[in-house]
Amino acid sequence: MKLLEVKNLKTYFNISSGQVKAVDDVSFDLDYGESLGLVGESGCGKTTSALSIVQLLPKEGKIYGGEILLEGVNLAELNDGEMQKYRWNDISLVFQGAMNALNPVMRIGDQIAEAIVLHQKVSMKEALIKAGDILELVEMPRDRLMNYPHEFSGGMKQRVMIAMALACDPKIIIGDEPTTALDVMVQAQILNLIEKLRKEFNMGFILITHDLSILTETCDKIAIMYAGKIVEIAESEELFKKPVHPYTNKLIGCFPDMNGERKLKEGIEGAPPNMLELPSGCLFAPRCEFASDICHQSMPETVEVGPNHYVACHKWEEMINGQ
Amino acid sequence: MNSIKHEMRRRKIKEFGSSVYHNKTALVGTIVLSFFVIVAIFGPMIIPFSTLDFGNPEDMLQAPNGEHWLGTDDMGRDILANLISGARVSLLIGFLATLISMGIGTLIGISSGYFGKAIDNILMRLTDFFLVIPWLPLMMVLAAILGTSIWNIIFVIGITSWAGTARVVRAQTLSVKERQFVERTVSLGSGSFHIMSKHILPNVFPLIFANTVLIAAAAILSETTLSFLGLGDPTRASWGMMLHYAFESGAASANAYWYYLPPGICVVLVVLSFALMGYAFDEIMNPKFKER
Repeated sequence: MKLLEVKNLKTYFNISSGQVKAVDDVSFDLDYGESLGLVGESGCGKTTSALSIVQLLPKEGKIYGGEILLEGVNLAELNDGEMQKYRWNDISLVFQGAMNALNPVMRIGDQIAEAIVLHQKVSMKEALIKAGDILELVEMPRDRLMNYPHEFSGGMKQRVMIAMALACDPKIIIGDEPTTALDVMVQAQILNLIEKLRKEFNMGFILITHDLSILTETCDKIAIMYAGKIVEIAESEELFKKPVHPYTNKLIGCFPDMNGERKLKEGIEGAPPNMLELPSGCLFAPRCEFASDICHQSMPETVEVGPNHYVACHKWEEMINGQ
Repeated sequence: MNSIKHEMRRRKIKEFGSSVYHNKTALVGTIVLSFFVIVAIFGPMIIPFSTLDFGNPEDMLQAPNGEHWLGTDDMGRDILANLISGARVSLLIGFLATLISMGIGTLIGISSGYFGKAIDNILMRLTDFFLVIPWLPLMMVLAAILGTSIWNIIFVIGITSWAGTARVVRAQTLSVKERQFVERTVSLGSGSFHIMSKHILPNVFPLIFANTVLIAAAAILSETTLSFLGLGDPTRASWGMMLHYAFESGAASANAYWYYLPPGICVVLVVLSFALMGYAFDEIMNPKFKER
């Protein structure tokens, strides 16, 4: 049995001007000790997919269909109280901005211990001891439990956030852009740390980012999202060497090559579609240079083009042969 | 680990002490208030309250002299003894009424800001009601209905002075609850009470504290007003009660300045010291005003 299987997940937002299909028919799976990267432009549904898994959607959002199987248990069917048992004990989150996700007037020890006390039947004292152990796990000295958030640097705060995610020995950690707002050196340290811990505890890890460059090093699998759908999913190396979907191609093309020519990258023409008025047919068609009539008329099926390599594009055969 | 905790706490207190010492406003306010608090606590040891018994007819309305440093009142009682026992009552009422007022104000402010929607609406309309109602007539009516005892006075002042605090606390709560750490705690699965007490309260506390000091000043003034109007506890005379008796006995027209001036001055000094401390603490605790 896989650790996590997401099947045909549909999460829609009902807002005053209509219904937004933020996540539409998304499927992926994750094994023990495996890491998956979710990449895409802003607003393509990366964060919403993650929040759907832990059911922490804003009140406008609702899961309309699909299954989220955690070791065979369908989380999508649980109510909030039942979900509470799985959150943090099995799936935890590393929040986006560590600077803001820590309470400025509480010692970080108390904040980590809070996570433990709320999920496990332990006393505050035991929880503090455990918090100390976890702090050492993220390579920080134990006595810093007594410090307040303002006494830490940005990278250290992010380590505290990771410590907090580890507090209840989860099976899956979801990192929602855990390294944005950090400089490149610290970013590398944080990612290495997560990598190390993941291997040590055989945890699943879902990394949400818009930075493709950090994914190849950290993730076994990469899923490319566009306008609420996964357009291509493959193992990282395969995806970088043999991208099939035109969008993936463009996205990879946007990152400068160390040995290549020194010039500005071309970028992708146009903008993501208005989520309230989605085009019929392939969602990427209006921006796609290979688009033909069929692309504008019908939604492409997801096809397996290689081992564990799935693409949703009408032109996949041409794309592979064209390379 | 605990030793580190205590060391940190010691350092914080020391730091706070030193900023109070270097801030002249805070220093003056603290010294004046401490003086009155000490006098109120150790009053009976300084001057025997037996001098509060009615004196001889010949002791009536004596000007300050060697035996009675501040003179006597119209019943031959020592003014200084009156003043010291009055300090007890006035400060006690001031502190306890403030405690009630802050308690209600904080509770209503935080719940209103945190829960929002209908609860916010109901609580804020209640707050508006207390905010716009003329507080003096309300206090007088309440005090008259409940009867004159210092516990009723404390209750009446506490129940009528929390509206401003509730408003301020609500505003700050609205801002704090949108911060990401609250979202994080929600995802951890903490309940509303936990979030309000552990996360929001400490964040709005400096505001509550600065407010407390100012409310205390207002509470003492209110008590003086009520007592002056004759709604105080006749068995435990506060400064306001002294002013009331002085007024009733015609001390002003009899030119007995030693009767009405001392309690008036004491009220002004205490209220002033609270106000000074309030502004100074705001300056000390609010890092924006910190001089470097």
